Amino acid sequence: MIATTLYLIIYSISLLMLVSLGLAIIFGMMKVINLAHGEFMMLGAYACVLCVNAGAPLWLAFAAAALAVGLFGIVVERLIIRFLYGRIVDTLLATWGLSLFLVGLVTTVFGPQAWSISARFGNVSFGGMNFSAYTFVLIAISIGMVVVTWLIARLTTVGLIVRGTMQDATVASGLGVNRNLVYMGTFGYGAALAGLAGAVLVPITGASPSLGLFFVAKAFINVIIGGHLPLIGTIAASSLFGTIDGFVSYVWSSVVGEVSVLIVAVILLRLLPLGITGRLRSGL
Amino acid sequence: MTVEPILSTTALEKRFGGVRAVAGVDFSLQPGELRCLIGPNGAGKSTFFKMISGQLKPTSGEIRIAGHDMLNAEAYQIARSGIGIKNQVPDVMNGLSVRENLWLAAASRHRGAAIGRSVDRITERLALTAILDRLVGELAHGQRQWVEIGMVIVCEPRIVLLDEPAAGMSDEETVLTAELIREINKDMTIVVVEHDMQFIRRIARTVTVFHQGRILIEDSFDKIAADPTVREVYLGRSGGT
Amino acid sequence: MIPEFSATAARPPKAWWWGVIALIALAMVMLPYYVDIALQLDLSIIFVFALLALSMGFLWGYAGILSFGQTIFFGLGGYAYAVLALNTGMTGLPFLGALLIPVAFSALLGYFMIYGRISDIYLSVTTLVVTLIFEKSIRSTSGPEYVIGSVRLNGQNGIPGVPGLTLPWLDGAPLSIEGVFYLTAGAMLLVYVALRLLLTTRFGRVIVGIRENERRMELLGYDTRLYKLGAFVLAGGIAALSGVLYALWGNFVAPEMFNLNQAAQVVIWVIVGGRSTLIGPIFGTGIVQYTSNWLGTVGVGQVTLVLGIVLMVFVLVFPRGLLPTIGDAFGYVRRRVAGRGAAR
Repeated sequence: MIATTLYLIIYSISLLMLVSLGLAIIFGMMKVINLAHGEFMMLGAYACVLCVNAGAPLWLAFAAAALAVGLFGIVVERLIIRFLYGRIVDTLLATWGLSLFLVGLVTTVFGPQAWSISARFGNVSFGGMNFSAYTFVLIAISIGMVVVTWLIARLTTVGLIVRGTMQDATVASGLGVNRNLVYMGTFGYGAALAGLAGAVLVPITGASPSLGLFFVAKAFINVIIGGHLPLIGTIAASSLFGTIDGFVSYVWSSVVGEVSVLIVAVILLRLLPLGITGRLRSGL
Repeated sequence: MTVEPILSTTALEKRFGGVRAVAGVDFSLQPGELRCLIGPNGAGKSTFFKMISGQLKPTSGEIRIAGHDMLNAEAYQIARSGIGIKNQVPDVMNGLSVRENLWLAAASRHRGAAIGRSVDRITERLALTAILDRLVGELAHGQRQWVEIGMVIVCEPRIVLLDEPAAGMSDEETVLTAELIREINKDMTIVVVEHDMQFIRRIARTVTVFHQGRILIEDSFDKIAADPTVREVYLGRSGGT
Repeated sequence: MIPEFSATAARPPKAWWWGVIALIALAMVMLPYYVDIALQLDLSIIFVFALLALSMGFLWGYAGILSFGQTIFFGLGGYAYAVLALNTGMTGLPFLGALLIPVAFSALLGYFMIYGRISDIYLSVTTLVVTLIFEKSIRSTSGPEYVIGSVRLNGQNGIPGVPGLTLPWLDGAPLSIEGVFYLTAGAMLLVYVALRLLLTTRFGRVIVGIRENERRMELLGYDTRLYKLGAFVLAGGIAALSGVLYALWGNFVAPEMFNLNQAAQVVIWVIVGGRSTLIGPIFGTGIVQYTSNWLGTVGVGQVTLVLGIVLMVFVLVFPRGLLPTIGDAFGYVRRRVAGRGAAR
């Protein structure tokens, strides 16, 4: 029983990191909350289904989904977001419009029903319990996403430039950094992570127009409570809420789990209005 | 000097990360005083004002207003205890008219018909009649400063904190502001942060010099102006009087 | 710096305004004698939604609080009325109770958000998340074990057969379609007039002042959080009223009242009409509802797709909304005409 609870908690934490990292990076870097984040995930899911149905292996479909949604994110940044920098509320509204538009468009093109793929993963026995093997894949990818993001930010020149812009955009552009390019790239990277997350969810949920809707509430809570530092914030908030969600979901149901996460989050807002990382000045 | 100070701080300190913007200030103000704070940029004057008015929470130390501990009070409670502040940058309701700005200020103190009466009084006193229905955001910098000073004194505070009241004003406006400050000093205790030495000479009795987050010296204007240390840290650099 | 809104609304309304209101009220009274029932039903639901739009428009345009989740109180009001009325067999007291429950909830939620001083976008997103989770929770209550009193919540099927309002002077018969029309029209008009008058009061002026510069208002001695909470709760009450009227109009409540599309529509009504006036949200509701009904009849399958485009276009091109933009255009033409007259 302890093994099952532990497994559920680790799975919840990974799922939260998976669905919120892209959102957190865009928010932390650009102070833009992308309300179309869920729909970016949905697009990733459809991309993945299309690739697999075309005969591609699953891992290639994941990569293709990330790439496709990343490029789509760059297009969105150029066409919409860049006109609205500094107008936080308007960005919120425009991305909400985009989210409605994408749901409508995808429903028109692919229909309201869920598309699934026929991928088989066995079960793993552990301590007398059966676990779906795919959840371990999901956990690994989610941790991989965080690690790779950390490595990019810490070890590459691009990461250095991005961190510099995040600390002080005006100073960075004074040093000759092209802020537009940084924002475009960041938005694209965040979108790619969302696309990957959607693709990774396909073997579990399939792809449907409401896929994004199903996960966004958790992702938004996670990012708000995480605060302005995307990596530390996401890890901290995911660990907190994943533990609550995993435990409560095991004892009661997943909806009760989500409600408890919300209640804890609202109370936390009173105590830490800037999120867990609100008081930290620098970091990732 | 046996009267209880109307405002005092003890070992007041504010740190931003590793920087001590205000590094242990013991400050005391007697009722009815007109005090000037001077000091180079970054000496901690504005941070000091923001802590007294509740806009920034001190890292440590003590703030007492008329003997009451106000360290953890909210900004609105401090305002109600009788502190009015004009911030360094004009801090008004830009989208509202001058009349509405003054009305809101007066309504925090009065009720009913008394609000209108005090708005009328301050309008006349500051000669704002001509611009009463203009939006504050459309006014020149100096005029906005006047509106803000009007908003502060219409609340009839016991202590008025003025952060650079003459900044951005014409010479004529500066003279008028100095006169106004001397006049309201008849009813209120005033602390002024200024850089303009001519202006300070006009109004000052006691001058407190801030340097690197601490009080360097506190004396009459003439003594301060003649003090070699002060000249070195401040007046020397700005060319003296 | 050009201010985003003028605050002329703080002046008491002039005589002609009262005249227009009286004329509209008269027209509302006469209307059921001249138009058929279908149109009365269509207009009633527009009035119900206009109330919801007013609750958001007031909060956003005047208090500067952008709540994406007015549907929380809309849905809560509808469900509270359904559950209370079906349990008690009464309708008057449940009506009041259904206003009180969402108001209490808005006070609780508002307290955590406003007293925590969370930033504006955090508040927007938090309210959105709360309404999403309400929808999800209600959807999960399809099992027979989810019962309040004797009423099953029915998950995504919603609660049918919500009793209509009975008034003692109408011999205990539920309100007719005309009755619902009068009720919704009257409620909308009353709330509009009340909000308009509220803006001339001390409370109304103070919240506008807080919208303009919260810190300055605090330095003047106003407990701004209390005022903001007051505005939030008032808007919650208006949204709850709208929800109860919705339940009365359709004799039905469903989780869709809380969902993202409903929440988005509220935002679109307000944005299209213009948030810097009170009439804007009402006007926007009318025009958007009429257009989406029409789109539905001409066979545009995905209304969400169109709504999404509308929202993006308005944010990018007409961020002030239709009414203020039209007002600007009129002002421009008038100045041009006046200029030409002077030149002659």
